[in-house]
Amino acid sequence: MLDTAPKTDRKKLVEVRGLKMYFPITAGVFRSHIGDVKAVDNVSFDIFEGETLGLVGESGCGKSTCGRAVLRLYDPTAGSIRIDGAEIGQTGQSDLRHLRPTMQMVFQDPQASLNPRMTVAAIIGEPLEEHTKLSKAEKLDRIYELMDAVGLNRNFANRYPHEFSGGQRQRIGIARALALNPKFIVCDEPIAALDVSIQAQVVNLLEELQDRLGLTYLFISHDLSMVRHIADRVAVMYLGQIIELAPRDALYDKPLHPYTQALLSAVPEPDPNIEAGRRRIILTGDVPSPANPPKGCNFCTRCPKVFDLCKQVEPEFREVEHGRYVACHLYSDTDKTAGQAAANEAQEHPTRRTT
Amino acid sequence: MPDGAASVLDVKDLKTIFRTRGGEVHAVNSVSFDLKPGELLGVVGESGSGKSVTMMSLIGLLPSPPAEVRDGQVLFDGSDLLKCSQDHLRNVRGSDIGFIFQDPMTSLNPVFTVGYQIMEPLRKHMGLDKSAARTRAKELLELVGIPDAERRLKDYPHQFSGGMRQRVMIAIALACDPKVLIADEPTTALDVTIQAQILELVKELRQKLGMAIVWITHDLGVIAGIADRVLVMYGGQIVEQGPVKELFGNPRHPYTRALLKTIPHVRGEREAKLNVIEGQPPILTEAPSACAFRRRCPHAFDRCERENPVRRPVGPGHDAACFWDPENGAADA
Repeated sequence: MLDTAPKTDRKKLVEVRGLKMYFPITAGVFRSHIGDVKAVDNVSFDIFEGETLGLVGESGCGKSTCGRAVLRLYDPTAGSIRIDGAEIGQTGQSDLRHLRPTMQMVFQDPQASLNPRMTVAAIIGEPLEEHTKLSKAEKLDRIYELMDAVGLNRNFANRYPHEFSGGQRQRIGIARALALNPKFIVCDEPIAALDVSIQAQVVNLLEELQDRLGLTYLFISHDLSMVRHIADRVAVMYLGQIIELAPRDALYDKPLHPYTQALLSAVPEPDPNIEAGRRRIILTGDVPSPANPPKGCNFCTRCPKVFDLCKQVEPEFREVEHGRYVACHLYSDTDKTAGQAAANEAQEHPTRRTT
Repeated sequence: MPDGAASVLDVKDLKTIFRTRGGEVHAVNSVSFDLKPGELLGVVGESGSGKSVTMMSLIGLLPSPPAEVRDGQVLFDGSDLLKCSQDHLRNVRGSDIGFIFQDPMTSLNPVFTVGYQIMEPLRKHMGLDKSAARTRAKELLELVGIPDAERRLKDYPHQFSGGMRQRVMIAIALACDPKVLIADEPTTALDVTIQAQILELVKELRQKLGMAIVWITHDLGVIAGIADRVLVMYGGQIVEQGPVKELFGNPRHPYTRALLKTIPHVRGEREAKLNVIEGQPPILTEAPSACAFRRRCPHAFDRCERENPVRRPVGPGHDAACFWDPENGAADA
């Protein structure tokens, strides 16, 4: 894992441009199309080889849909997706098949994503069955190798998923994802269903595997403190759009977008002395429906720093500093008069923390 | 917190077991604690540590069979809740002791309006007539910060968002001015920004209404922000108890210490590698005869195998169930 800011000369493994994933809303007997749920609305990002991009946001913001669309588990409405040089945005599912080994996924719920009627060996061996022509003995060797890699006892190969604990089941899911030597893995909330003391075990395993095998992760999570630990760069999503993307330390030290600021300030800190003196930015109201997003900026209904322009014009997602992207009128050059004063204020109190 | 004041709730030696096909599971083992008026008691522990089962045993919410409260005493208002009749218990539940459940999606009845569900305890327990109950229900919705309360009384649960539904649950729990409010992971199913709203609301309500609250969670951050006193549970037992600042500043039990180290922070130094607690939490098929944490404990020694430590005082109002001493090591016998 790289602890420095990513260099621009590094190879981009994943390039996503203008990704849109709309789910149609239908009504009446003829299922006529009356609108769309804009789950992912015009999202663009890159993931460099060997890095972890954290994707955070509240539930319903479209982060999981985005992760699944990138792997083409959905057919996106529009947009281009390039993984390792191959364009897969609009490719047919049958043509995708031979590309599948390079891109894999670890699912959120290890209980639901493992077939209860298959043994561990059969689960981990299934991708090998589908995509390789290994002999039975070779396959078994590979399965044992994978079980060792994720810290599962070889003797358990013939057991069924229900005999394992949550953390161990997640290890089975990770072993299955690793079976075909992928380059890119989408981890969709891999630790959300686990206990605190088990979460750390799984996160450490993911990091070790990344170091050893040079994997690239898209790590989707709502746990901001865990993302800070594992990610090199972090993208924040709100209502189907990425509103801020920045290197990890820059984002956590000085969040730019008002939503990121509020999100970070809402995370409780396990220290009563800090908690007692901390001022939170409390957002009022709920997330608007993605079927009917507000006019202008998506966040304008809850933003504490909202001004007139926000309610009319959608802010552009642009680079404000090297490697830092943000979609907010506070940081745009064109409307200096209105934005700059508010932006200055934001810079003065980046995290709003008083100890 | 008022020290030495009479407790509103006093639990002694509570034992709950579940009968399963594979034998008995001892979910709660000799749990004792008390709750002072106006206090917020935080209960932390991993899933399966017995925190929810303890609270549900108190007010007889566990289905029996398979559950069986085998032993113990729960003193509330001078009577033992474990020995009183079902009718009495029904009067206590909802009016004197309010309960907020974890999942606001499934704990409201989808076929009744929210107004009906808030008015139900008011009419049953407080004997209010329909119009008085409606006025009170509206006040309650306003109290928990739901805008346009009058109109929203007629709405069904599916018309509310997750955060709003949890507010409705809080309103129902508060309906009859309970002396004790038990909140079972009330913010776990919610997003952080909504969680921040609910935490703020609870702090405000405490000041206004002054009831005692038991707050169950696995999130140490939440506890640090709102609790006065904390119980740490592991393997169906309380392993450490203390005032919040003392417990976070000077944790004594190896489990508490390890737990505080495993969680990554949003602020401050970033660790290169996360500390882990190796191994799995235990499943107790019989009453513990040795320390439940010994298999995962870095400081375990032979005495931990032989007997189950009892809670002993380690500081002002602070006790821990461990033989190991952070200063002197594995000394005292």
